[in-house]
Order: sequence, then structure tokens, then C-alpha cells
Amino acid sequence: MRLINRSPSRGGRLALAILPFALLLALYLAHSAQRLELNPNDKLLPSFGQMSAAVERLAFTPDERSGDYLFWLDTASSLKRLGTGLAIAAVAGLCLGVAAGTLPLFGAPLSPLITVLSMVPPLAILPILFIVFGLGELSKVMLIVIGITPILARDLEQRAREIPPELLIKAQTLGANTWTLILRLVLPQLMPRLLISLRLVMGSAWLFLIAAEAIASTDGLGYRIFLVRRYMAMDVILPYVAWITLLAWAMDYLLWRLTRLLFPWHEGAKA
Amino acid sequence: MSDKKGGTGAFIQVKNVWKQYGDQVVLERLNMNIAEGEFCTLVGASGCGKSTFLRLLLGQEAPSRGEILLDGQPLAAEPDVSRGVVFQRYSVFPHLSVLDNVALGLELPRAPFLGRLLGRSKRDAREQATQMLHKVGLDHALDKYPAQLSGGMQQRLAIAQALIMKPRVLLLDEPFGALDPGIRKDMHALLLELWRETRLTVFMVTHDLSEGFSLGSRVLVFDKPRIDPHAPGAYGARVTYDISLHDGHRTPVAADSLPADLAGPFQTAYQGA
Ligand SMILES: Nc1ncnc2c1ncn2[C@@H]1O[C@H](COP(=O)(O)OP(=O)(O)OP(=O)(O)O)[C@@H](O)[C@H]1O
Ligand SMILES: [Mg+2]
Repeated sequence: MRLINRSPSRGGRLALAILPFALLLALYLAHSAQRLELNPNDKLLPSFGQMSAAVERLAFTPDERSGDYLFWLDTASSLKRLGTGLAIAAVAGLCLGVAAGTLPLFGAPLSPLITVLSMVPPLAILPILFIVFGLGELSKVMLIVIGITPILARDLEQRAREIPPELLIKAQTLGANTWTLILRLVLPQLMPRLLISLRLVMGSAWLFLIAAEAIASTDGLGYRIFLVRRYMAMDVILPYVAWITLLAWAMDYLLWRLTRLLFPWHEGAKA
Repeated sequence: MSDKKGGTGAFIQVKNVWKQYGDQVVLERLNMNIAEGEFCTLVGASGCGKSTFLRLLLGQEAPSRGEILLDGQPLAAEPDVSRGVVFQRYSVFPHLSVLDNVALGLELPRAPFLGRLLGRSKRDAREQATQMLHKVGLDHALDKYPAQLSGGMQQRLAIAQALIMKPRVLLLDEPFGALDPGIRKDMHALLLELWRETRLTVFMVTHDLSEGFSLGSRVLVFDKPRIDPHAPGAYGARVTYDISLHDGHRTPVAADSLPADLAGPFQTAYQGA
């Protein structure tokens, strides 16, 4: 049988999914054990014992100076920034995308602007954000908003244009004005697409968050990682990275479930 | 072309209408009067401008020259509730259930800000929509989404959705083009029944000549009478045959009983459509 026609069985699929993770883990453990055997003070590849001790210290023991549980404090701060940034970007991107994609008179000035803005590398204007918005929460949230909004707006504009013109005509013969046409036809059709776009930009959002936290912050997951880098504390960095990955995956999964739940008619909800 | 039906007071008057895109003339010198309650079927070779004519009637596009009058008034320049439409595809809203697809037409005109009705008036609208869906035989599928319906059921839904607005004119662009022959027969019966009941004016584009002759009370044949081989876009299509069928005469006509020059182009192209 040709390779293209062969697919794994149910159990086989699961085994194949676990395989690369297991291999990576085994590779890590072997190298870590090897290095620690040569030099018990080696910091590059800490053992699981060392890492869980670090997690224990940060997550389940109050900090000596502030009395906070740093791990959870960092998580809460980061998620708050990320959530605020994504929410603002989603609303702004949706408004811009719908306006540019549905109303030609709005699209004429907006489309070129959005296209050019989406080309500006957000990290390059991070210093400007710090100058304009200060070093507080606002500039970090703004970095996410500025980085994500043009991408969302462009995608949603494109999707709005892809709505068959027949449907727009039909809605008008059913008595819709421009506003109700957007409300009852365009927005419902774009909402599932917004959730899918959010899943796609999630990686960039985390990137901007961690970059902003690394440069100017006093808490947050990104801040902690860059802080302990000075002591080469891989036993802290690695669990943090794993935790960020888990959070990102969980958000992706939740958005997917939400799409399926809210928009059962949408084909993208199935994949 | 012909003035057989009605004089200057005709329901729809098409006066010397031209339509061109750039230098491509699609339709030229269309003149006709359509009486209220007429069922016009539009036939003609592919690309000769039948859908374009329908778009003009719908107000989706404006004629390049000439004008179309509805009840003596120039046609509204954009689609509105006076003219319903059913396309071959994309006629129903995929994100709304069958019931909501039909109720939408009752909600939109009455709720210019929210776009939806609430409470009692919403229940009334859904009640009315349910009755309309009963008429087209979809009462067992009220809560389904269009993607869960067969092609024929989707077109039934589209027809119900258009008729709930009580339009004066119904425009159909190859509404049954994608359906298999058995289903198409049912749809013909349904459409004729609804037309007799409402007496609305129907324009229906079809590629199936016998469909055109069995359904219509009037058949408009679009064709290009002149063709310049060096400039294919120089001349547009006109209505070359305008055939009025009396009620008694409305029986399926085989393509071979038509004038030879008329039947020729269809037989090859459309028998399988
Ligand atoms: N928006 C447009 N811009 C330019 N040309 C157009 C446009 N719309 C239609 N045409 C041209 O007008 C001609 C008639 O198109 P139309 O869709 O009305 O034909 P039709 O009779 O409906 O054909 P079919 O039976 O295949 O549906 C075609 O040659 C098409 O290329
Ligand atoms: Mg057509």
C-alpha cells in the first residue's frame, strides 16, 4: 500500500503521538544524568528532583521578603496582561475588519493603513511604547494590542470579503439596513473566524508579553525567567517554560471548544 | 420587444435598457412590458446576460442606458423588500436555523436597531415563519442548520424565506439547476402552487427549456442577434423570442418543436443541466 493511503489505528495514533515526547524526555534525562554524574553542581540540565525542588520553593513556599507565592503571582500577572491585550485586540480587530471588509467607503482608507501597520515590527516600537505609556502595565498590554490587532483585522477583513455577495443581497431583500446587516449576518459569520484567528496569534501574543516583561517589569512569567537567567537557574527556567507552554495549549484548547460550542454550524469548528 | 401584455400602465416597464461592462455590451435595446402576476421564464445561451438582467431587476446594478419602471416609478437603486430573490447557491444563511432563516425577514424590517425581535413579537414572528415553512413542507426541520438539509430542502427554505416578505416580484436565478430531476418536479409543483396562491410576478432563469415552457406564462428567449467575430463584445443580447403561453397551453414543450434556430443552441448545451 502506498504511504499516502496508510493511516494509524486508534491506539497506534495515540502511541505515535506520545512517541516524540517520550523520546525527547528520555534524551533529556539521559544527558542530564550523565552531566550530573560528572559534575554534581552542573546547572545546565537539572534533574527532575532539582526542578521540583525549585517549583516547590516558588509555588508552595511564601517568598521570604514579600510573603507572596511568586509562581502564582507571576502567572496571575502574566495572564492578566495577556487576557487584557487579547481582549482589546479582538474587539479592535473585529471592528476594523468588519468596517474595512463590509463597507467599501471605510475599506478604501482602512485597508492600506491596516496592511502597512501590520508590517511594522511591534518589538521595534517597544521603546516608543515605554516612552509614551511609561513602564507600567499599559505599555505591556499595548505591545500585545499593537502587535496582534493588525493581524486580526487583516484576517477578518479578508473573511468579511469572502462572505458570498448573494447573502448580502439576500439580507437586503429581507429588509436589513447596513447596521442590522452587519449585526445579523456579518458579525455572526465572523465570530467563529475571530476565535480561530485568536488561536493562531496566541503564539505571537505570548512572545510580545514575555519580551515586554523581560525588559521592564517586576513580576510575570517572562520577568522571572529573565531574572533567574543571571544565576543560570535552569531548574527554574525549564518548569516556567513548560508551564507557559501548558497555559498556551490550554487556551488554544478552550478556544477550540468554545468555537464548537457556540458555532456548531461553522465548518472550522470541526477541525 | 412585444407589447402583448398591457400598455403604458404595465406593472414592469423595461424601456430601451442597455447594460455594458467596459466596452463589452451584454444587453442591448431591451423593451418589454410585464403585467402583474406574470410568470416569466428566461432562457438563453450561457453568458448571454440572463443573470445580468435579473440583477438589473433586483436593483443590484443599474442599467447603462434606459430605465426600468415598477408600477410607473423608477426601480429602487438597491435591493429592497419589494423584490425577493432565490439564487442557485448561497441563498440561505448558514449560521441560522431553518426557522430563524425565515423569521429573520419578519424581524429585520421591524427592528432597525437590534435586528431582532424580543418577547411576544418574536414568538409571533416564529409562529408565522413556522406556517410558511409548513407550506413548503419543511415543518419537520425547523431546528436544523442549512448544511444539514439536502439541496432541494435548501431551495424550499430559500423560497419560503423570500415569500415571507410578501414581495411583489420574485426573482429566481436557476433555482433548481443543482437538483436532480425527481426533486425538480416536486419543486415545480410547489412553485406553481405558491404562484397561483400569491399571484406575484415571477422572473425565473432556467437552462432547462421544458422547465421554462411548463412553468412560465411567458417565455423570454435571450440571444445575440448580431455577432462581430472581430469584436465579440461589440453587440449584446436581446430578447429574440417573447412567447406568451395561455393557461391551457402550458404543457411541456419539447425543444424540437421550437423554431430550429432557437432550439439548436439549447439542445447541445442544456439537456443535461
Ligand atoms: N460584473 C461584471 N463585470 C464584467 N463583466 C460581467 C460582469 N457580470 C457579468 N459580466 C459579463 O456579462 C455576460 C453575461 O453574464 P451573465 O452572468 O448575465 O450571463 P448568464 O446568461 O446568466 O449566463 P449563465 O447562463 O451561464 O448563468 C458574461 O459575458 C459576463 O462575462
Ligand atoms: Mg446566470
